Amino acid sequence: MENSTELTLEQLQKQVELLQKKVGKLEKNRKDQLAIAIVSGDMDKVLAAMVISLAAAAMDTQVKLFFSFWSLSALRDPKKSPKGKDFISKMFGIMLPKGKDKLKLSNMNMAGMGPMMIKMLMKKQNVLSLDEMFKQAGDLGVEITVCEMSMGLMGFKKEEMIDYPNLRFAGAATFVADAGESAMQLFI
Amino acid sequence: MTTEELKNVKSNLVVDARGTACPGPLLAAKKAIGDIESGEILEVLSADEGTKNDIPRWCEKVGHEYLGFYDEDSFSRLFLIKE
Repeated sequence: MENSTELTLEQLQKQVELLQKKVGKLEKNRKDQLAIAIVSGDMDKVLAAMVISLAAAAMDTQVKLFFSFWSLSALRDPKKSPKGKDFISKMFGIMLPKGKDKLKLSNMNMAGMGPMMIKMLMKKQNVLSLDEMFKQAGDLGVEITVCEMSMGLMGFKKEEMIDYPNLRFAGAATFVADAGESAMQLFI
Repeated sequence: MTTEELKNVKSNLVVDARGTACPGPLLAAKKAIGDIESGEILEVLSADEGTKNDIPRWCEKVGHEYLGFYDEDSFSRLFLIKE
């Protein structure tokens, strides 16, 4: 009789250890973290991504943003003009919005009238401007990674990106790793 | 807490976020919470309707105790105890 109770105790201990290992793994896998891949360069979509990021950061959720493709326009600093670009890169540079203030709306753009009206309304309704949102995001520790490949594709240079704390330049694997350990992942 | 009870609450810090829309009041509250001690009361003034839902959710997640809100003419007062 005594033997059998010892055995079950031992089994129980083993199971507890196994469970602890699994729970530990789960905890490590899914952090209180939000990862967003921002691909769109539309003002409304970048705005949505930033509002969600700020809310998450305020709620103590770690936020990691991955800027790729059209969204890179939002990260261009209008005051910086890097030298040494080839012809196509220069063309892209001219055709794409230079900075978050120049982004278009995905709807009702109306040759720039739409964004102007939205900005007016945002001011009137006390919504933070995109500029202020990026500043707040930096203060709250929101991490921004710039997709190196898209940057090369569009001929953007690191030197023309905005000043942002710890701006990282990396590839898709960085987003996959960030997203994999996040409890929330979004694609905008 | 009832409105009457909330009106008698002595806040340790009042943060006026009436000049910002979502997520401004939440950001203001998050900043202000660092300036008070655990167990103290923070009062948030907000003219943004969404804040009434957002602040309780924030408290729930972060661990502060949400006490409730009451409306003034053009804004609301929200109360919470820091964890």
